[in-house]
Amino acid sequence: MSDDATFMLDGRPIRFEAGQSILQAALAAGAFIPNLCHHPEFKPHGSCKLCTVKVNGRASSACTTRARAGQEVASDTPELNRHRRTLLQMLFVEGNHFCPGCEKSGQCRLQALAYDLEMLNPHYEHFYPPRPIDASHPDVLIDFNRCILCALCVRASRDVDGKTVFALAGRGTAQHLVVDCPSGKLGDTDFAATDKAAEVCPVGAILPKRVGFAVPIGERPFDIEPISVQAAHAAHAEPRG
Amino acid sequence: MRHVAPTPPRRKLRVATASLAGCFGCHMSFLDIDERLLDLIDLVEFDRSPITDIKHCGPCDIGIIEGGVCNAENVHVLWELRANCKVLVALGACAVNGGLPAQRNHLDVGSCLARVYRDRAGGEVPDDPELPLLLDKVRPLNEVVRIDFFIPGCPPSGDAIWKYLTDLISGRMPRLEHPMLHFD
Amino acid sequence: MTTREAALDTVLADLLARHGRDPGRLLQILLDVQARFTRVPPEAVPKLAAALDLPIGEVESTVEFYSFLSRTPVGDYRILFSDNITDRMLGNQTILDHMAKRLGVRAGEVSEDGLVSLDTTSCTGMCDQGPAILVNGIAITRMTLRRADQVCDLVRNRVPVAEWPADFFRVEHNIRRADMLLGADFMPGSAVKAAIALGRDRFLEEMRISNLRGRGGAGFTTAVKWEAARNASGDERYVVCNADEGEPGTFKDRVLLQYYPERVFEGMALAAYAIGARHGFLYLRGEYLYLRPMLEEKLVELRALGVLGRSIFGVGDFAFDIEIHMGAGAYVCGEETALIESLEGKAGRPRIRPPFPVTSGYRGLPTVVNNVETLCKVTEIALHGGAWYRGYGTKQSTGTKILSVSGDCARPGIYEYPFGVRISQVLEDCGAVRPRAVQISGASGQCLTPREFGRRIAFEDVPTAGALMIFGDHRDMFEVALNFAHFFRHESCGFCTPCRVGTTIQAKIMDKIAAGHGTQYEMNELEHLHEVMRTASHCGLGQTAGQAIADTIAEFRGDYEKRLARRDFEPAFDLDAALARAREVTGRDDADSRLVEEGWQLRETTR
Ligand SMILES: Cc1cc2nc3c(=O)[nH]c(=O)nc-3n(C[C@H](O)[C@H](O)[C@H](O)COP(=O)(O)O)c2cc1C
Ligand code: SF4
Ligand code: SF4
Ligand code: SF4
Ligand code: FES
Repeated sequence: MSDDATFMLDGRPIRFEAGQSILQAALAAGAFIPNLCHHPEFKPHGSCKLCTVKVNGRASSACTTRARAGQEVASDTPELNRHRRTLLQMLFVEGNHFCPGCEKSGQCRLQALAYDLEMLNPHYEHFYPPRPIDASHPDVLIDFNRCILCALCVRASRDVDGKTVFALAGRGTAQHLVVDCPSGKLGDTDFAATDKAAEVCPVGAILPKRVGFAVPIGERPFDIEPISVQAAHAAHAEPRG
Repeated sequence: MRHVAPTPPRRKLRVATASLAGCFGCHMSFLDIDERLLDLIDLVEFDRSPITDIKHCGPCDIGIIEGGVCNAENVHVLWELRANCKVLVALGACAVNGGLPAQRNHLDVGSCLARVYRDRAGGEVPDDPELPLLLDKVRPLNEVVRIDFFIPGCPPSGDAIWKYLTDLISGRMPRLEHPMLHFD
Repeated sequence: MTTREAALDTVLADLLARHGRDPGRLLQILLDVQARFTRVPPEAVPKLAAALDLPIGEVESTVEFYSFLSRTPVGDYRILFSDNITDRMLGNQTILDHMAKRLGVRAGEVSEDGLVSLDTTSCTGMCDQGPAILVNGIAITRMTLRRADQVCDLVRNRVPVAEWPADFFRVEHNIRRADMLLGADFMPGSAVKAAIALGRDRFLEEMRISNLRGRGGAGFTTAVKWEAARNASGDERYVVCNADEGEPGTFKDRVLLQYYPERVFEGMALAAYAIGARHGFLYLRGEYLYLRPMLEEKLVELRALGVLGRSIFGVGDFAFDIEIHMGAGAYVCGEETALIESLEGKAGRPRIRPPFPVTSGYRGLPTVVNNVETLCKVTEIALHGGAWYRGYGTKQSTGTKILSVSGDCARPGIYEYPFGVRISQVLEDCGAVRPRAVQISGASGQCLTPREFGRRIAFEDVPTAGALMIFGDHRDMFEVALNFAHFFRHESCGFCTPCRVGTTIQAKIMDKIAAGHGTQYEMNELEHLHEVMRTASHCGLGQTAGQAIADTIAEFRGDYEKRLARRDFEPAFDLDAALARAREVTGRDDADSRLVEEGWQLRETTR
């Protein structure tokens, strides 16, 4: 049963609008596909690869693949989830993620996905890269140890704030976030705490100062509900599409 | 939360525990399984452990270790448990990824020692062979020996530990899910 | 303002003027800056950003991406050793060690006086005449210990590279088998004239009939690509010749560029004619810098001949010219969308596809990207027609294919065969020495064993971009896979998680096995990593980064197993070495200051 604006996701029909990606359509329908570098307000980036699904048997990123009628999309399979666990483990060992001391804990999408996919440990040898912290800005802190290079801040600053405060530089594992000014310090840019880029970081890399640990453990968003359940509820609360 | 009593194994399982570079919080959490500890005592007996005072490990079924590996002595203890236990469980954030102690990893251990003993205390870096030497980095357990199971959390809740261990003891594949699975 | 800064300003002003203040030429400008200052000085970054109206972060991003650009100074003489497995098999490491000793500088370092720096680099495409090095970007082939001594002396005496013996820089074509392309004479201008005589539509029809497929690797039908670009909407269209040839073991494009440049440029003009493009780019890999002056001269000649320029051969609306862009040491820039990013002056990170370059390429406009060899083939079709062309090769793989043959054989070099040739035939022709394995299509290709030597080179059987590296029966295939693992770690652009982190973990595991600390556990890990990279990576680099390892594990497991520790687990790192720093500051060397598991076990049993 595939009418002209429906594809199948793990055996469930998903309606889509022209131009939507598989991920957008799935999320709008309350069907969760893991994702990290996606944000509903920005152009897809396609770098984290958590959203990798099989479309008619071929692997592709759900966030960059257009939804088309009649597609058979497999996402919640043991094999793909095993791959996703590996990708999460890669992100954990590549940076320095010590959740107990992280203000984002309980609201962090990386961590929440790790819970959802039952990642019990980072598995690979840790890189323990020496990365700095940038505390130069009066209101916002950057802890590069936790940056997963999703480029959401880059996109937000460029496309919404019109500032290009951030860019990704470097090759391979040397890739890192750079701040766009001669000193390379956030405090020397026109970045403001009210910028879109200040709120989009999915992890604890860009954090507002002086508001850490405001919500007690047990009451933070992902303490209350797993990320996949939240996504389903969000879709039902404000139906899109 | 009340619990399902685990299926008892044929004989009491022997369990060893150790705390390496940790804060003992995971052991406290372990004891925090409250009255279920009594159930547990029916199922297991303790070998080497901070709660028994046995100094060296004999043959065991399960070894439970909290804390990361920060010095030579930690490695020795870990080797001992690995050599004697059928399965090893890494308990808590530090055992799983180095945790708080691993935040020293971007510093040079030599300069750290010199700073503390020479610059601050005006003395020399102690060379007493009784003192375990520090590794250049604090490591999670699985980078030093084979670890069979992981219970993350800082500390993992008593419920999570209970669930995981009773799964293990009853021969089920242990699982942790929301809300027992957390990293902090 | 310091004099140094003033000097920088003068140079930058001059460079900016020469490059027309075009932000798209950022990489080209940076290459000039690098050559002038042996680095990109930190102060240059904000200055360039301001002058080109680019965010500093974007300039930073380009500077840090390319391995030929560096933030810290390299030597006045920068010596880079090509480090492909074929260079290794020819003994490059001995020569590197020798030069390091003589110059008193280790690989990866700069001498104290700043005179010379030594390092390795990915395959420089001289596999048939290695070991090869680059000195200030210029290729020197056939290195020997004697030649290394000569180089050291020249460096010590600060002789300008331009005055070094010409023989050092001789690059042979080593054409061993010429067929329809390499064996034919070619009159510059003839192909373009022939196409004009046919007219656009007929010429495209001939292209369609020829069934020419791309030689860059993917094997996409050229006529289909061109038609898509021609039909796409846009004010301008572009033709790009992909001369990045970074795939280890591949060097046939180098020979075509050096000995058949008219074919290459004329092929571009033909593409331009077919799709209606006015601008063309030759994206030349940095390692082939030595070709640039000659290629620029050729362009001048072709303009004089009227093959390039305005109203070419009297066709009013046919105007086309070509600009050469240099790459800067990034294999991924061979991927067509990364190449386009690089052409625009940015870091070479592959774009999301779709849209494909044919609809949205250079500056978002329709762009055809074709391999050097593909474009040469186009001239044949223009001259002789599609039907003639189809007479060569197989049904699905028409025409001939040029192979770059290297490794353990008597006659390494260039071999042109009609598609469908059996691998065994190639091996016989080149005098392969007891081949144990053949790596087809470079580090990202497949590894075949004698069992499969009866297979044919063709898109429908064994597809290849052209490399064929031969490994004799004395070779250790683990070493081959290890070399490739290091290559991919170095070349991953870092955009997507599986490849960025996966290639690094993969190389670490291979190093662990090489050090004798691998176990079955690591073997399983490698297979799983390949699976994840293959499935989830954004581009072909990551998708194939584990292929050689998977192939060699499947076929030459023994080469791995003989290195495995006889235990079920080995630590991720060297435990005893991890105590070294603490031993040093405490001055201890007692038994407890050591971490050796065997020693510990002994003490335990006697406790
Ligand atoms: C990692 C990677 C490297 C590549 N390197 C080259 C190259 O050096 N030369 C080339 O012609 N094509 C290369 N390609 C293929 C190009 O993306 C593209 O398919 C080709 O240039 C198209 O030309 P063709 O149709 O004439 O083959 C590479 C692809 C990938 C994924
Ligand atoms: S960013 Fe997320 S995963 Fe990283 S330390 Fe913070 S909470 Fe943990
Ligand atoms: S700082 Fe945050 S938003 Fe920006 S790239 Fe890093 S993880 Fe993404
Ligand atoms: S696969 Fe590798 S080279 Fe390709 S985009 Fe991903 S990181 Fe870059
Ligand atoms: S959400 Fe699709 S790649 Fe990140």
